[in-house]
Amino acid sequence: MDRELFSIVRGPVDPRCLEALASDAQGGIVTFLGVVRNRSDDGRAVVGLSYEAYEAPAVREFETIAGEARARFGEVRLAIVHAVGELDVGAVAVAVAAAAEHRSAAFDACRYAIDELKRRAPIWKKERYAGGESRWKSNE
Amino acid sequence: MNVRVVAFASVREILESSPRSLALPRGARVGEAWSALERLFPALCAHRTSVRIARNGRIVSLEESLLDGDELALLPPVGGG
Repeated sequence: MDRELFSIVRGPVDPRCLEALASDAQGGIVTFLGVVRNRSDDGRAVVGLSYEAYEAPAVREFETIAGEARARFGEVRLAIVHAVGELDVGAVAVAVAAAAEHRSAAFDACRYAIDELKRRAPIWKKERYAGGESRWKSNE
Repeated sequence: MNVRVVAFASVREILESSPRSLALPRGARVGEAWSALERLFPALCAHRTSVRIARNGRIVSLEESLLDGDELALLPPVGGG
């Protein structure tokens, strides 16, 4: 099988890392970038996010999710890269790419991977607000 | 025996340092480790129903027996992405 990529990186994700997924046999690559927003869901001004991860189990979870995507959507390959540490507004916190022979499986696999990552990967984020306050935010 | 406790996010802040070593009677189960931590850090009680616990990287129940040198990870609800 061609290359896949699963990792945790310090600081913002460089989306160019997803280029590792390109291959001659697969004509569709769907990418998703999760970017730090300047507002929380409840409308507070956000200046940045701090992420931490249980790193080795998180990477294993990425691999498991990719295996599930293959079982569901056929021959797809995935790249999943998540940041830890302090991120400013506009920084890329997570990058997911799915490559498949045709676009449909690539869209489905990319959506599945980011949804499952958010639901179960052992990664945590703290919102930092203008004024210095901060709060841990879960996806539940 | 001693186990290594690692904690994340809100729970890490309660434990003040992570990783930390926790001394337990030989043959102790995960539930006894949690109770010992609650005695040391009463603020943990509020997290009892939401935290999952992994032993050596695998989610386990409070009934799981521990061995000397195990790593216990305290995992609050996740927030990746």
